[in-house]
Amino acid sequence: MSDVKSIVLIGVGGQGTILVSKILTHALMEHGYDVKMSEVHGMAQRGGSVSTQVRFGKKVHSPLIGEGTADVLVAFEKMEAARGLPQLKEDGILIANDYEIVPLPVAAGRLEYPDQILEALNEKVKVISFDAAGTAEALGQVRAMNVVLLGALVEALNLTELDVRKSVAELVPPAYRDVNLKAFDAGRQLAKEHLHA
Amino acid sequence: MRELWSGNEATARGIYEAGVKVGSSYPGTPSTEIFENLEHYDDVYSEWAVNEKVALEVAYGASIGGVRAVTAMKHVGLNVAADPLFTASYNGVNAGFVVITADDPSMHSSQNEQDNRHYAVAAKIPMFEPSDSQDSLDMIKEAFNVSETFDTPVLFRTTTRICHSKSIVEPGEKQDVPVVPYEKKAAKYVTTPANSYARRPLVEQRMRDLAEYAETSRFNIVEMNDTKVGVITSGIAYVYAKEVFPEDTSFLKLGFTYPMPEKLIRDFASKVDTLYVIEELDPFIENFVRTLGIDCIGKDKVPVMYELNPERLREALFGEKAKFNALPEKVVARPPALCPGCPHRGLFVTLKKYKKAIVAGDIGCYTLGAAPPLESIDCLVCMGGGFTLAHGLAKAIEMSGQEDRVIFGLVGDSTFFHSGMTGAAEIIYNKSENGVKVVPIVLDNNITAMTGQQENPGTGHRMKGEIASVVPIEKILEAIGFAKVLVVDPQDLKATKAACDEAIESDEPTAIVTRRPCVLIKRIKHERRRCIVDRENCRKCKMCLKVGCPAVFFKDGKSFIDQTLCVGCTVCMQACPFDVISLAKEATV
Repeated sequence: MSDVKSIVLIGVGGQGTILVSKILTHALMEHGYDVKMSEVHGMAQRGGSVSTQVRFGKKVHSPLIGEGTADVLVAFEKMEAARGLPQLKEDGILIANDYEIVPLPVAAGRLEYPDQILEALNEKVKVISFDAAGTAEALGQVRAMNVVLLGALVEALNLTELDVRKSVAELVPPAYRDVNLKAFDAGRQLAKEHLHA
Repeated sequence: MRELWSGNEATARGIYEAGVKVGSSYPGTPSTEIFENLEHYDDVYSEWAVNEKVALEVAYGASIGGVRAVTAMKHVGLNVAADPLFTASYNGVNAGFVVITADDPSMHSSQNEQDNRHYAVAAKIPMFEPSDSQDSLDMIKEAFNVSETFDTPVLFRTTTRICHSKSIVEPGEKQDVPVVPYEKKAAKYVTTPANSYARRPLVEQRMRDLAEYAETSRFNIVEMNDTKVGVITSGIAYVYAKEVFPEDTSFLKLGFTYPMPEKLIRDFASKVDTLYVIEELDPFIENFVRTLGIDCIGKDKVPVMYELNPERLREALFGEKAKFNALPEKVVARPPALCPGCPHRGLFVTLKKYKKAIVAGDIGCYTLGAAPPLESIDCLVCMGGGFTLAHGLAKAIEMSGQEDRVIFGLVGDSTFFHSGMTGAAEIIYNKSENGVKVVPIVLDNNITAMTGQQENPGTGHRMKGEIASVVPIEKILEAIGFAKVLVVDPQDLKATKAACDEAIESDEPTAIVTRRPCVLIKRIKHERRRCIVDRENCRKCKMCLKVGCPAVFFKDGKSFIDQTLCVGCTVCMQACPFDVISLAKEATV
């Protein structure tokens, strides 16, 4: 069986899914893995659903995966977690940001934002969920919620061989380096608590 | 040096390494980033052309002039550029000339899913198909060599998943390619019937020579393993097949896919017990294999529609499917919408007031005027079709006696230069006396926005940011014969309505230009304001929601404006019948 791992990151345009993919693939490549990454987005980046796929291992062929094959799904928004669910293996891990961004049809009053999403997902797959926005905000920069999620991902996949902190330091703007490193560590800690709870 | 590059980044690097000196392109997903990356290589002159036909002709002219040249476009762009391509095939080249077509299986950002490999057959030119970023870099370099060796334009066919996926690339060195001195060769480059007649057999001979090249091309690779199963494949389908078939499967990976290597295919097929042909979209390789009398498993199992992925392929071939949890029913879509402050919004809010209007739309951000709640577009087909569809519609509506109708034709600024201008001339030239009114509207937001902010002849800037002369849209319309060209700010709903009324009522041909820059243009300093709702006096009529702005919602049963998204365009404020929306006092920049 192939040693290749597949990760799907899903969020709403502007949440920093691409930056997280860049940091992760950078660290994976530095370590010597073969890496492929695919960006999947439709017509509009603004306010639309955005997802990237990252695959790594000794030799990766396809940049793209199909349903039921992601080892980890990282959702930057909780309804996006539900949208990404079909991508995840039945025994995969879902890392979900307990954070809500209202889509236009809901804002306009035409549809309702589903309630109890994370609870429903928890019944189907293994879920690590937390308020990454709150964690990042407490550290002084709410936008660093994406790097909190990255920390959790690294912990969940047990990628201890990678120097992800180095890649974070290299790839985030210098002014936000410290807060992002703290966000990364906080994410690892949050996932660790969930995994051993 | 190893880089994690997208196919488009690697292609741009390969163009640079091949010593290309001139590149001309028209933006279109998924090809756009090839030139967005190419513009950073100072050794290459690169430009955004007004359309794909123009881009191809510019690059071809440079090839005749003696320097290596390239053009890139999305799949439907090649339809626009097909005319010069088919004849350049007869003329051949002076320096290397490569045409990149980026196809979009699954129509992520396109109006159709055509498989442009058929163009290589129809135009009788050779074709390369990369499978990843390294292939993109290596093959585009070889494409220029093939172009010069065989005196032919070369088609380089890529797809969305190759363009936008990143994989590890080892860049090489830049080749120093000397300029080929220009010499007049009228019999080669002037396509009179007699000259073309004379060159016709050369095209056939060239294709025979290229078929020989295909047999030994280093991009047609045999990976011989166990002989039970063999797979012939190309492009992105190669990497999917590598995922899906057992490790000991034998492969014939075709990187040079037209003309196809008959001997290589026969030889490979003869060595394996069961032959598969795995390709995305049409049975292009498969049909050739079958004409050789070789049986194979292909499109009888593999879908001809939509993008493949390893799971789709696995299911199609072996009936196996990974178990997964279905999408929960309650998940709400996040449909694309015009941005807060988008200048197009005001026009669509206005057009919706004309109940007897038929609106022919066009390709661009303003296609979103078709989506709810604006829903102001009746039909849409291709770049530049907005004016001409309107003209045809008017003829039909006249004949059906519905003279109280009015037809609006829309094109954007970039689309106007692309192929909207010709439609404007058509409307004037073939207009009916006292017939159904056609009102052409140019939605000028001063940028090619949809594909990610490219310059065009109306913006005053060129690809690399240089100042350019502005080609004035309203003067072109006047020169074509519009007696009145009304220029309005579409964010001023009253003025926009007045302009539409005036155009409809006028006895003379009247066109409208709605002019306001896109809110995303970086080189312009936008005035940042915010609108706020007096929620106490909100009458819950929901008129503000009808403008379809992502910043405006209903919260706890009353209107609410997200202050982080709002830019203070005031369209919702103008739409509010009870004046409970106003501009916030303090202006922020």
